Amino acid sequence: MKITIPVENNQETVCFSFGRSPYFLIHDTESNTNEFKANPAVNAEGGAGIKAAQFVLDTGAEALITMRCGQNAADVFKAAGMKIYKAISANAQENLKALSEGKLEELASFHAGFHGRA
Amino acid sequence: MIIAILSGKGGTGKTFVSVNLVAATENAVYLDCDVEEPNGRLFLKPQQLVSAPVTVLLPTIDRDKCNGCRQCVEFCRFNALAFVRDNPMIFAEICHSCGGCALVCPEQAISEIPREVGKVEKGVSGGVHIVTGILNVGEPSAVPVIKQVLNGNQPEKPLTVVDCPPGSSCSVIESVSQADYCLLVAEPTAFGLHNLKMVRHLVQLLQKPCGIIINKADGEYPPLEQFCAETNTPILLRIPYDKHIAERTAAGEIIVREDHLMKEVFLGLLGRIENEAKR
Ligand code: SF4
Ligand code: SF4
Repeated sequence: MKITIPVENNQETVCFSFGRSPYFLIHDTESNTNEFKANPAVNAEGGAGIKAAQFVLDTGAEALITMRCGQNAADVFKAAGMKIYKAISANAQENLKALSEGKLEELASFHAGFHGRA
Repeated sequence: MIIAILSGKGGTGKTFVSVNLVAATENAVYLDCDVEEPNGRLFLKPQQLVSAPVTVLLPTIDRDKCNGCRQCVEFCRFNALAFVRDNPMIFAEICHSCGGCALVCPEQAISEIPREVGKVEKGVSGGVHIVTGILNVGEPSAVPVIKQVLNGNQPEKPLTVVDCPPGSSCSVIESVSQADYCLLVAEPTAFGLHNLKMVRHLVQLLQKPCGIIINKADGEYPPLEQFCAETNTPILLRIPYDKHIAERTAAGEIIVREDHLMKEVFLGLLGRIENEAKR
């Protein structure tokens, strides 16, 4: 199974924002390998969460570990049947370990978009 | 002449100024573009109301026709479309109704249907013609409603007053677009000044002449006076706090309709604006 985590430029620290994170770590539990992909939505003018969610889906990931997630991205993931877990550590690898030990809970609340009142 | 009434934040008395200005002349059009909280009608109490819906076009996708090519998703520069489980998914609040996805779809699987986002109400009160824009709760963009308010074939009157949304967002820019003059309503407080500076800056970018009304002007607030002097912004009127006016206004009355002196004050303001606009 592939698990993804939004990470900062150092590719280690979990990024506070999902849609605007510079990279996604994609961890493959079968081969135990990590891959880093640049987020194409990082400079999107609007709908960054949707675009980032689309990108993550298209990598074949089936689970996401994140600090926060916007409602729109969550809607995309829900429709796709993707699981969203709440990060408990600022370190990406620690979160992967926690997930494998069944210690992560599903993220329950999503924030409204930042696309703002036009 | 079209005068836009603006304020940095809500509650400065923007609507108070707007309704009294139109009521003082009794021969004007009042356009309420503060569509999230259109309060002018509470004072003007328009009669003979006619209401029309405001709609935007929302794409809908016929799943049977869709071949999954994703061209619509890739086209949408607002990222209002996602492709999930072999089907495009649309986010109505993100969509800008550009119509592009329907054009690029090779299977004609996308059609556009109207979606109601608010309404525009028209009515009259004395010699004032009132147009009120009302945005449905939860709608992210006020612009379609404001556009319909501004372009609603108003009767010809010597004065049009546009009651703008507070702040300096794109809905304010839309509201101000046709104005000849911008009137900024400010309160003499630190918080009021900060917001006023942002609106003043916006008006300057739009190259509109402007002046300031200081409401609840009890005593001087030097930083505000200084800002007006530095930016060469004329202070057209100071309205001190008055218990009687406050009470009548809270009761939904328009003070110029019952107080002759206040009527003269607002007509005087209008005269000053006309002179300023000519400069
Ligand atoms: S109408 Fe325009 S903004 Fe709306 S989904 Fe289609 S392409 Fe995107
Ligand atoms: S462009 Fe048309 S056919 Fe292609 S995915 Fe979109 S709706 Fe389907």
